[in-house]
Amino acid sequence: MKLTNKLWIGLGILVILSPLGLLLPEHFKAGSAWGEWGADEMQKLVGYVPQGLEKISSLWNAPMPDYAFKGWEEKGLSHLSLAYIVSAILGIIVIAIVILFIGKILSRGNE
Amino acid sequence: MHIPDGYLGPATCGFFYVVMLPIWTVASKIVKKTLRARQVPMLAIGAAFSFVIMMFNVPIPGGTTGHAVGGVLVAILLGPWAACIALTVALVIQALLFGDGGITAIGANCFNMAFVLPFVGYYIYKAISYNAPIDSKRRVLAAGIAGYIGINVAAFFAGVEFGLQPLLHHTANGQALYCPYGFKVAVPVMLGEHLLIFGWVEAIVTALVIKYLQKHSPEFIKESEVANETH
Repeated sequence: MKLTNKLWIGLGILVILSPLGLLLPEHFKAGSAWGEWGADEMQKLVGYVPQGLEKISSLWNAPMPDYAFKGWEEKGLSHLSLAYIVSAILGIIVIAIVILFIGKILSRGNE
Repeated sequence: MHIPDGYLGPATCGFFYVVMLPIWTVASKIVKKTLRARQVPMLAIGAAFSFVIMMFNVPIPGGTTGHAVGGVLVAILLGPWAACIALTVALVIQALLFGDGGITAIGANCFNMAFVLPFVGYYIYKAISYNAPIDSKRRVLAAGIAGYIGINVAAFFAGVEFGLQPLLHHTANGQALYCPYGFKVAVPVMLGEHLLIFGWVEAIVTALVIKYLQKHSPEFIKESEVANETH
């Protein structure tokens, strides 16, 4: 089998395993990554929400925030795991399309 | 290590966009010279790999989480400039689609993870694996050490960027406007957690994939070695 095909299969396996990146932190009660807290976590940590942070933090509304569907926060881990896998697939597809586009431009004229 | 919106002030955000602009320009010029059409799928795989490996959050029990970036591996196999482009695409998609890393912080996040990390890792790998046969253990070791140091230097930079904020931006009564933690907290925390846990994940992932390729596709390592020497 061609190496690229093997590597795509490897990526597929990683996609299926990706919910581990959600379930393990939950299991070990690990919080957010350091420096990636939301406003309420910040309030708990330092006692206030920095004014600039509050203003800028809501600048962008991502379509699938935190690799989940909007409004799925309370749906439980099995739903979130599914959303995580969908996010992984979606992300890979979009990245592949963007790279194929950039790659087409950059490799023009090279053989 | 994905700095969200609001943690870095406008000055820092603008600074890193300005720093990244020439880096992105040089990267596309160099990759334009060297990239063959048949290598494009490998570039896509590199970016996709980095994207998905960053979804594997590793917990520090009762503490925070972190993850590998995979950027050192991409740099070893495709060269540091191609890695810069692949990682940039992954980081931009993470920010736009999933809100992972801020829009205003794309310059800073790309500087740390798409520039510092792959370049540091790449040159450490080159130095340690210098003249080593394609199938040698020294290459696997070099990949591991490069992964470990690459991600830690990137984490150090992220810590410095965080730590600078309370110095640059605060209200008259001393309340921080953006990241509230200074150098004394941000640098040791960012560096400490990566030295202790997440750096090892990057090291193991990088070393294992190189070991796998040595066994199953040594010609690919050889090809990337030759290709990367031409620029």
